[in-house]
Amino acid sequence: MIQGVTASTALTERRRRRVLGLVLLLLGVVAASLASIAIGSKSIPLDAVWHGLVAPGGSENDIIVRALRVPRTELALLVGAALGIAGSLIQGHTRNPLADPGLLGVSSGAAFAVVVGIFGFGLTSLYAYVWLAFLGAMVTTALVFLLGSAGRGGPTPLTLALAGAAVTALMQGLISALVVLDQQSLDAYRFWRVGAVAGRDSVIIGQVLPFLLLGAVLAFANAPGLNALSLGEDVARSIGQHVRRTRVLGIAAITLLTGGAVAACGPIAFVGLIVPHVARAITGPDYRWLLPYSALIGMVLMLVSDIIGRVIAWPGELQVGIVLAMIGAPVFIAIVRRRRLTRL
Amino acid sequence: MTAVAGRPGVRVGPFSWVFRPRLVLVPLLAAALLVLVMALNIRLGDFPMSVGDVLRTLVGGGDPTEQYIVFDLRLPRSLTGLLVGAAFGLAGAITQAISRNPLASPDILGVTPGASAGAVGVVVLAGSYGGVAGLASTIGLPLAALAGGLIAALLVYVLAWRRGVDSYRLVLVGIGVEALMMNLTYWLLTLGDVTEAGRAMVWITGSLNGRGWGDLVPVAVALAVLVPVALIGGHVLGALQFDDDTVRNLGARVEPARAVLILVAVVLAAVATSAAGPVYFVALATPQIALRLSGTAQPPLVASAVLGAALVSVSDLIARVGFGGIELPVGVVTSVLGAPYLMFLIIRRRREVRA
Amino acid sequence: MSTARLRAESLRLGYGETLVVDGLDLDVVGGTVTAVIGPNGCGKSTLLRAMGRLLTPRGGHVLLDGKRIDKTPTREVAKVLGVLPQTPQAPEGLTVADLVARGRHPHQSWYRQWSSDDEQAVAEALAMTGMSEFAERTLDQLSGGQRQRAWISMALAQGTELLLLDEPTTYLDLAHQVDVLDLVHRLHSELGRTVVMVLHDLNLAARYADRLVALRDGRVVAQGEPGEVLTESLLREVFDLEAKVIADPVAGTPLVVPVGSRHRTS
Repeated sequence: MIQGVTASTALTERRRRRVLGLVLLLLGVVAASLASIAIGSKSIPLDAVWHGLVAPGGSENDIIVRALRVPRTELALLVGAALGIAGSLIQGHTRNPLADPGLLGVSSGAAFAVVVGIFGFGLTSLYAYVWLAFLGAMVTTALVFLLGSAGRGGPTPLTLALAGAAVTALMQGLISALVVLDQQSLDAYRFWRVGAVAGRDSVIIGQVLPFLLLGAVLAFANAPGLNALSLGEDVARSIGQHVRRTRVLGIAAITLLTGGAVAACGPIAFVGLIVPHVARAITGPDYRWLLPYSALIGMVLMLVSDIIGRVIAWPGELQVGIVLAMIGAPVFIAIVRRRRLTRL
Repeated sequence: MTAVAGRPGVRVGPFSWVFRPRLVLVPLLAAALLVLVMALNIRLGDFPMSVGDVLRTLVGGGDPTEQYIVFDLRLPRSLTGLLVGAAFGLAGAITQAISRNPLASPDILGVTPGASAGAVGVVVLAGSYGGVAGLASTIGLPLAALAGGLIAALLVYVLAWRRGVDSYRLVLVGIGVEALMMNLTYWLLTLGDVTEAGRAMVWITGSLNGRGWGDLVPVAVALAVLVPVALIGGHVLGALQFDDDTVRNLGARVEPARAVLILVAVVLAAVATSAAGPVYFVALATPQIALRLSGTAQPPLVASAVLGAALVSVSDLIARVGFGGIELPVGVVTSVLGAPYLMFLIIRRRREVRA
Repeated sequence: MSTARLRAESLRLGYGETLVVDGLDLDVVGGTVTAVIGPNGCGKSTLLRAMGRLLTPRGGHVLLDGKRIDKTPTREVAKVLGVLPQTPQAPEGLTVADLVARGRHPHQSWYRQWSSDDEQAVAEALAMTGMSEFAERTLDQLSGGQRQRAWISMALAQGTELLLLDEPTTYLDLAHQVDVLDLVHRLHSELGRTVVMVLHDLNLAARYADRLVALRDGRVVAQGEPGEVLTESLLREVFDLEAKVIADPVAGTPLVVPVGSRHRTS
């Protein structure tokens, strides 16, 4: 069976290339992380970075590294990976290359809960926002999912998207009402809304980490099912996949990942939208590879954007959400213009 | 002559149409609702007037106070709301038909996000750096919004152009530009002091507060010119819904028709936005509501316009008098009213149709 | 006579308000090739989808080896029964090898993603369908006939004893139709698979199937060997078609020659 052998060696060859790609990306993540610790309003030489990481003492550099740069870098890594994975999942589940993790109303629900917390309870700490945002994200996604799957047909991409748009509009209206009535709410909301990794410490990372990890585990468990679903619901059923169970698992993963990211950093646009396209161009449509690639590319994108934000407005800085929009929009448009979008 | 089932004809001289009763009924009912709401809108407020008072004042009677209230305050505001709603509804219907996408709205064409960025930029920068906030807000704001909307729309169209404009690419580029503009807007909101941010927030939510004849006239002119264009161009919309090859096959000249209709949608949305801000959700929801109420396959233009007018008018009435002494921006109410209704329609339709 | 591997008992099937099939019974005997024929909209595909548990019946059941298919875990069913819908969709950039490998889904788990059994089944499926040399190509680079063979190859890699094919020859020219049906025949004769397929071409159905099932308005009008089923009176009853039935000069099976209004003599 010579032909069969050729096919399988080709498969092995491709797997080797994919593993190599992962290793390269991992190196990129490490390099970007070091750069993120070194670069800022006070730049820190690499040997001092190393010193701060390995054997921190009481020097100014060590304190900056440990207390400011490291948490912020960790957060960018976590959120970038979470949004990259969530983006791949939502595009796969909706078969829509334009879907963004915000599609299911996660960000708007989180924002609304934060505003309610400020308006109704006078909460102002980022720690409190985390829980509020997370709660809001969960409740909203559940609402969108229930609305989108009402009726006997179950959830379809179109009804989910419409329900997401309707719920987002509703939340946006309510947010406007509250912040227009109360200046204090507006003041807190406007800074939360742009999305940033600055000013977050390890406490916040600890708050969201369990959810992000759980989300990532669910996402990777969802990959084979999503592979089956990408052949259409009929074929997926025929090869023994539970369609509804797969959808619910995927949406749970998307909600945990996006909810955790929004809770920690506020709404971050474009990572979930763009990263899957870049990853897919490398790996093709196999989600078992697509998800790790998306995670790593999301990390790099998030870190690089955050570094750029510190450099272009030096000695001040531009929030990472804004930088991502300014980098992300042109990249996204270039992708769109370069070729016709992939059918999922 | 043989009749085709489901497509009864109406023919007068050289004109002929397909008669669809619900397409006529829905706008008529919406228009009736609209008249009622307009009457209430003029009657209610801090200075309540009876229907008789309103009517008397409208035909020239009434004392100077009543005249001032009706002609200078409530009538222009109500009319602005009506026309802005109609413009958004129509622009949304055209956008959705062209992009073949139920989630498209003039936001996708760059208009409303561009206008928001422009307006917020003027509010924040003029307030912080120029000290001419008063002047900027009265003259500069609508102009900045109009300019921002048109520039962003042009940007979308140019970036989407590549040997013609493909509907899908247009939507994609539009999403990119929209996200960029919205992030820019939120960033601008963080620059000024909180009072200015508050004013800007009211503006980007969409508000009819204090709108007068000066805001009304441009919208009225735009509608007077563009509604006929839209209706004439509208007959190719049915063909434009198919993929481009099928469209060519049906003999519609795709490119010019689409370009003209996009231009109509852009100008309508830009002018409406400069008058009242990007009133949330009207352009997205009314075509979908109109489509579901009329039972057609694509958003009906007239019904969308009338329903848009009705949604904004009802919402403004509620925003003005529904919350005691506080007046909310109309955009809050349009989304809070429109979103649940759209959800209800989605659910009900699935119960009916799906297996 | 062997017992039925797949059995439909008083099936009621429909979409929304409409009922397509009402009270249908059908037995599929192991080791046979069955072709379901009938006019457009008679419920052929609906029946096939229900037999393959892609559609939940309104009433009645489908029994697989005597057990209710809806009570059996879907993964267990997928090891015995494969269904190929009429126009399956695939994501862009998917290679033939990857597609065929996805047929192994029911045999895999998170810790067992690419066993030597999987690899062998995929290689054999590719070889059987003559797709080995295209393993690296993506589906979009294939012709219609090759794409259909790739999908059948996926169903084959699934390793099921029963295969349900919904119009496997749609959109193919005659040469490729014969090609695909020859493949179906080999699945049956060489691998002993039981095949149920929906077919439009009556002559090909008669040549390649052991049994024909003629449907009209969701009822079984006739079933049996092609020679018994394909008669002039049945064509009139099922298809409202005036036709002559002669013996196929190659296979000896019935050959339908439609009359049509242009050549009607009476």
